[in-house]
Amino acid sequence: MKIEMKGINKAFGSNQVLKDAGFVLEDGEVHALMGENGAGKSTLMKILTGVYTRDAGTVIVDGKEVIYKSPQEAEKAGIVFIYQELNVLFDLTVEENLFMGKEITKGFGICDKKAMRKKAQEAMDKMGVKIPINAVMSDLSVGQQQMVEICKALMVDAKVLIMDEPTAALTQSETEGLFKLIKSLRQKGVSIVYISHRMEEIFELCDRITILRDGTYVGTEKIKDINMDDIVRMMIGREIGVRFPARDAKIGKEMLRVEGLTKGKTFKDVNFSVKAGEVLGVSGLMGAGRTEIMHAIFGNLPFESGKIFIEGKEVAIKNAREAINAGIGFITEDRKTEGLLLEKSISENIALANLGKISDKSVVKKSKVDELVKKGIDEFHIKCFGPDHECNNLSGGNQQKVVFAKWVYTDPKILILDEPTRGVDIGAKKEIYSVINNLAAKGVAIILVSSELPEVLGMSDRIMVVHEGKITGIIDAKEADQEKVMTLATGGTL
Amino acid sequence: MANKTAAVAAPTNKKSWTSYIGEYGAFIALVFLVVVISVVSPEFRTAGNFLNLLRQATFNGLIAFGMTCVILSDGIDLSVGSTLALSAVICAKLIMQGVPAILAMIIALISGTLLGVVSGLLVTKGRLQPFIATLITMTAYRGFALILTDGKPISNIAKSIGDRPNQFAFKLMGKGNLFGKIPIPAILLIFALVVFFFVLNKTTFGRKVYATGSNAKCAKLVGVNITKTKVIVYAISGFMSALTGLILISRLDSAQPTLGDGYELDAIAAVALGGTSMSGGRGKITGTIAGVLIIAVLNNGMNLLEVSTYYQDVIKAVVILVAVLSDRKR
Ligand SMILES: Nc1ncnc2c1ncn2[C@@H]1O[C@H](COP(=O)(O)OP(=O)(O)OP(=O)(O)O)[C@@H](O)[C@H]1O
Ligand SMILES: [Mg+2]
Repeated sequence: MKIEMKGINKAFGSNQVLKDAGFVLEDGEVHALMGENGAGKSTLMKILTGVYTRDAGTVIVDGKEVIYKSPQEAEKAGIVFIYQELNVLFDLTVEENLFMGKEITKGFGICDKKAMRKKAQEAMDKMGVKIPINAVMSDLSVGQQQMVEICKALMVDAKVLIMDEPTAALTQSETEGLFKLIKSLRQKGVSIVYISHRMEEIFELCDRITILRDGTYVGTEKIKDINMDDIVRMMIGREIGVRFPARDAKIGKEMLRVEGLTKGKTFKDVNFSVKAGEVLGVSGLMGAGRTEIMHAIFGNLPFESGKIFIEGKEVAIKNAREAINAGIGFITEDRKTEGLLLEKSISENIALANLGKISDKSVVKKSKVDELVKKGIDEFHIKCFGPDHECNNLSGGNQQKVVFAKWVYTDPKILILDEPTRGVDIGAKKEIYSVINNLAAKGVAIILVSSELPEVLGMSDRIMVVHEGKITGIIDAKEADQEKVMTLATGGTL
Repeated sequence: MANKTAAVAAPTNKKSWTSYIGEYGAFIALVFLVVVISVVSPEFRTAGNFLNLLRQATFNGLIAFGMTCVILSDGIDLSVGSTLALSAVICAKLIMQGVPAILAMIIALISGTLLGVVSGLLVTKGRLQPFIATLITMTAYRGFALILTDGKPISNIAKSIGDRPNQFAFKLMGKGNLFGKIPIPAILLIFALVVFFFVLNKTTFGRKVYATGSNAKCAKLVGVNITKTKVIVYAISGFMSALTGLILISRLDSAQPTLGDGYELDAIAAVALGGTSMSGGRGKITGTIAGVLIIAVLNNGMNLLEVSTYYQDVIKAVVILVAVLSDRKR
């Protein structure tokens, strides 16, 4: 299927998001769509699939001009969109999600459970993922939910598959699985639009790339004719220099020590420590228990045994409030459900985490809120129309910056970051790395949980690897490389 | 990157006129109603009727303010009417047994607050759905009120109060006037409006209420004590119900166990009319007062125009439907 989008304009209110955007998708190619956070990639795809209406421009599919009025209509034409923000029904099972709206019936609206289970299982097997089809969605990890979404798209025999940052929540090995799948789909003639902020993926996977900047079409190139620096220059209009900025932090005394932390099968006998000014990278496969360990430290997940020491003193943290009071900050992995009040403004989100700072005897001081929020928007370069911008309408990367801002201003002594750069563009990533470095330089102890190996390798002082709830190794970053970390992550020894 | 931020920041969010209708829809509807009824009924326009209307609005208003807090936190309080009755009956009982009226009234307010706390604890610690939790307390409190009074009204309360100051205090709640004109209940309503506006908009507690209703998981992770916040909103609702109960028995000079029956519906209707989201996190106390006044004006106007009571309910339903639908268009 060939798709041509030309001269697309779109404004939300007075915010002109797309101006003269477009691209051409050829039959059976994997086409990368790149651009900074807020460049309009998701919006362009939402216009293609009828989620949003366009103000101007044409969409030509296989030579015919079309306007899809709804995603269902686009889906019927064979264009399936896997959204950046997962679109799953959390209370239902995997199978129910897969067949939502397209249930197999025995007639009279009676569901044929058996047939659906069988088909769901087949689809899962074909993808090579092991997710129980009768599991309830909310019990799955974000990565698994993502796989279910992809599975759902594959089940409708899509001719065009749009993936908006599909690997953001996947680990290395799952990403590899997904890539195999994408490549086999391409061979079958399926065209794929691939949106990602991960350069390595673009070069491994894609045939051509289109770049958007500020909602405008910049250019399309063959991947083999272009390098990373070219892409960055097209994306942001200038060079950004080294990917991981140098850190000038003195490693000081021990800030956090965890001894024998255990919770059933989730994690067992976890021992590690982090020092002031140090960045401890945490690597592992999805579901290895990294996130759970962090939640336990933060008092958000009860554990069976083990001790936690902060600055040498044992603490018994029972909830998030006590963790914050003890000087811990926690940027959680899932910004949609845990990180943000989505329907609230940037201002309200940053203020909520800093109620002490912005109030005087429980009375909120508007001037203090404005000051803090303005600082946050400036410091983190949050792209928005102002403090009152609703977080729902921010691009993914900018949402993450809001989460970052709200936690940094709580002045934590220990900051836990769970996938902090997920869905963040390359320029903004570097800004976040700089923020991490600045915090470390100020003596904050940082735990950086990340599934992006280059990031862990590039940013950490030491790397801790978790496999099935156990720590399989803590290695000095200077001696670490991709292979060593992967070996440990899959349960091997060095 | 920085310069681009500025470029995007420049065009601020200009609102279209339709969004203003959404935001002030309840007020526009209120003005429209007042104008129409004023034209048709000269009696409606009198100052006397206006004060009367304000007094009638008080009962629903005070309860609806508490209800707004509860609904903002993603809850609902069906027990307001029963809480009102039980607190009122407790107050009347105590007075009849010779407890000084002022003390009895304070005890009633504390009781109402504690009754709210019970609902709050059922919702948080008991993990019951707010609807079910308060359905339980609603039924239980009504039962207690009936048991305490043996199902009979307690009458002539004021007369049984021996000393002057206490009698004055009791009568003041429902029958008192400022400058011989402005009813005390109306003053309480305005005072409560100011307090609620302040608390919801200017305090950290207000922020916590909105955050709890918006995304409790997220709020919890930044240190908001969800349990405490929820218990407090139900306590507030209980207190407001008890306060309303005191005004009612002072006015009627009698306390019936069936007092406040069905009040929860008018309160919820007012909150909904005011544009507050039933799933929490979004809404304004100013919207609620508009909703309260719409209902009061409708009731008052239809009575003056001698609309049959059968039709009154239908008309009310239509007004609520139209208001809520237009609100949704936002
Ligand atoms: N429904 C909406 N209402 C108002 N503004 C919106 C809406 N949806 C998107 N925007 C704005 O449009 C711009 C482009 O957003 P979009 O989500 O398309 O960016 P993106 O390129 O996908 O970014 P990211 O890489 O961060 O996902 C952003 O500035 C965003 O704030
Ligand atoms: Mg996007």
